[in-house]
Amino acid sequence: MTDQPDQSLRLPYRHLLGIEGLRAHEISLILDLADGYVEQSRRPMTKSALLTGRTLVNLFFENSTRTRTSFELAGKRLGADVINMAVDASSVKKGETLIDTAMTLNAMHLDALVVRHSDSGAVKLLSDKVNCAVINAGDGNHEHPTQALLDALTIRRRLGRLEGLVVAICGDVLHSRVARSNIHLLNAMGAHVRVVAPPTLLPSQIERLGVEVHHHMKTGLKDADIVMMLRLQTERMAGQYIPSTREYFYFYGLDYEKLEVAKPNALIMHPGPMNRGVEIDSEVADDIKRSLILDQVELGVAVRMAVLDLLTRDRRLGNIGAEGVA
Amino acid sequence: MNARVLYRNARLLDPATGLDTHGSLLTDGTRIADFGPALLADAVPEDVEVIDLDGHCLAPGLVDMRVLIGEPGSEQKETVKSASRAAAAGGITALVCLPNTDPVIDDVAGLEFVARRARDVRLVKIFAYAAATRDTAGAEITEMGLLARAGAVGFTDGTKAIGSAKVMRRALSYARTFGKVVIQHPEDPSLAEGGMMNGGEIATRLGLSGIPREAEIIMIERDLRLVELTGGRYHVAHVSTSESVDLIRRAKRRGLKVTCDTAPHYMALTETDVGDYRTFAKVSPPLRGEMDRRAIVEGLADGTIDCIASDHVPQDQDAKRVPFAQAGFGVIGLETLLPLTLELVHDRKMTLLQALACVTVKPAEILGLPLGRIARGAAADLVVFDPEVPWTIDVDRFRSKSKNSPFEDRPVQGRPLRTVVDGRTVWTHEDTVP
Repeated sequence: MTDQPDQSLRLPYRHLLGIEGLRAHEISLILDLADGYVEQSRRPMTKSALLTGRTLVNLFFENSTRTRTSFELAGKRLGADVINMAVDASSVKKGETLIDTAMTLNAMHLDALVVRHSDSGAVKLLSDKVNCAVINAGDGNHEHPTQALLDALTIRRRLGRLEGLVVAICGDVLHSRVARSNIHLLNAMGAHVRVVAPPTLLPSQIERLGVEVHHHMKTGLKDADIVMMLRLQTERMAGQYIPSTREYFYFYGLDYEKLEVAKPNALIMHPGPMNRGVEIDSEVADDIKRSLILDQVELGVAVRMAVLDLLTRDRRLGNIGAEGVA
Repeated sequence: MNARVLYRNARLLDPATGLDTHGSLLTDGTRIADFGPALLADAVPEDVEVIDLDGHCLAPGLVDMRVLIGEPGSEQKETVKSASRAAAAGGITALVCLPNTDPVIDDVAGLEFVARRARDVRLVKIFAYAAATRDTAGAEITEMGLLARAGAVGFTDGTKAIGSAKVMRRALSYARTFGKVVIQHPEDPSLAEGGMMNGGEIATRLGLSGIPREAEIIMIERDLRLVELTGGRYHVAHVSTSESVDLIRRAKRRGLKVTCDTAPHYMALTETDVGDYRTFAKVSPPLRGEMDRRAIVEGLADGTIDCIASDHVPQDQDAKRVPFAQAGFGVIGLETLLPLTLELVHDRKMTLLQALACVTVKPAEILGLPLGRIARGAAADLVVFDPEVPWTIDVDRFRSKSKNSPFEDRPVQGRPLRTVVDGRTVWTHEDTVP
């Protein structure tokens, strides 16, 4: 049995494509709901019947283990039928276009579609062609909204708030959808956001997104409450952005020495998977007092349950049918 | 054909001479026989066909100096026939096509192919540039002398920049021998590599890799040095940044043989039009910021920018209904060139004659074509248009095979009513209206 969350609250969106544009109370609504799902997930019997008979498809055009698994668990804990579609098995390799894929899936009357794609904007393109709720699980260098939400939930549960915190986002901001989503979310919630990276790993005019720009860890981490490390995305790099990973670790890899300037109890986050010895020292990453990295993984499932719950409310509660268009 | 046609009750406009008067124009066969306020006012000989223009404008047909047709190689996007029909419907009587076909137009046979297809279709006049380098690979210059003899009106690698300074130097020097212009796509290839839109805040928000404005500015700066070194004739295609305009303005003052054009999308749109990944707004060079857009309009108004070309680049659905990163560059423009040019007039940035000069006599002069004028003995290539009539752009009605226009649903003023090539009406507005 489960204590059913208040189903009268809604998000005024059909899809979750990004954090940009979400308002603080909407973000809080998701996080509040996710708090409840954390409790559900910790019980011996984790499964509820909220999405029984509903179909969730994980459509991943890019390799992923943790995000896909997290969404799969989230769907299953809510009772949904979850199908994973990997790119290799799909028709995309046979030359089918993204829009063809969308139309095909749409004809199967899904309730929710979780999509990851290597091109920025690809999830938005797909969402225009389907009737079901679409959740962006990462599109190119654009956004990864559920990652930012789970990061926010992690911070909020540990420190009780987001407002007023100094958050330093460090590393490969240029190739990071996680960084963009986090910047939008933290700004919306009133945190002070810094980015810390060599200029070659910062996108042009990043300061216009409302962040303080630092090129040295010493100044960037000063008095930070949260140090959010980013994965150096060597697989996305076309060309050379840093001279070597050795040099990168020396100047930008997080270790206890660099961490000294941050607040004494500053917490450390990483969206994973980590490159140990490149952007983060193993000692720091495994420090159970300061590292939130495993909390992030746990809370990821709860946040995704909350998002799935919210985005399917309209169709579950009768505003639109399975075939309906908003 | 010896038919004589009298266009009566017209507002005669000739940007080359500044003529703007009410009157008539008589064509005899393929040529303009005479024109003037009182021409055949009393009596019209019996063998003369009379067309009353109801006071509408009669001007030289538009000369579009930058059009990608796609034939041979991309016939699914545009053919000589579909481009000709689109041009005629846009009031364009002569166009120059780019060599970025498959195979590339880098030899005499390629030029002859285009000329033959144009003769078969026989709607508007089609000229061609030849590639400046073999296969537009940017390494070896083409047989410019032979290509010029075979009709190439200039040399360019079209949608690709001539990246190597050494090759550009040779192209400018060698083309000079034959009095031909070298046209550059101004974008440093290494700086622009992998870029999809203008670099800056919007690209950063969208997570798209940016093309810095400096890619264009650096290329023009470099080329201007080479022009100075070689004395060659240089034309910059579709300038898009304010600094480009400044550089060319200064170069002209110094007396360099430099000209340039821009395209309607750089006068009318900015990077914000990319919006939520609208692939129809993906062009090369990319749409820039509002300050750049204003500088482009200023550059046109003060004459720094010589002409307006449609920069017509057809892309089919397969090339545009895909994620932004995978989408092809380019917009179609043949059927929107006139109304978008007239926006400058309606916005009081230019006079009607100034604006018309940018799409008629000025491009013709740069290319050495005896077109774009109303003069006795000149080719009877004419457009009749209403500069005021309001309408809404409806791409579905366009003749172009591809529909990639970012101007869909834009309210505009002014449209062509009749297009005449070599004395023969090739299109009238009635052909479009049901």
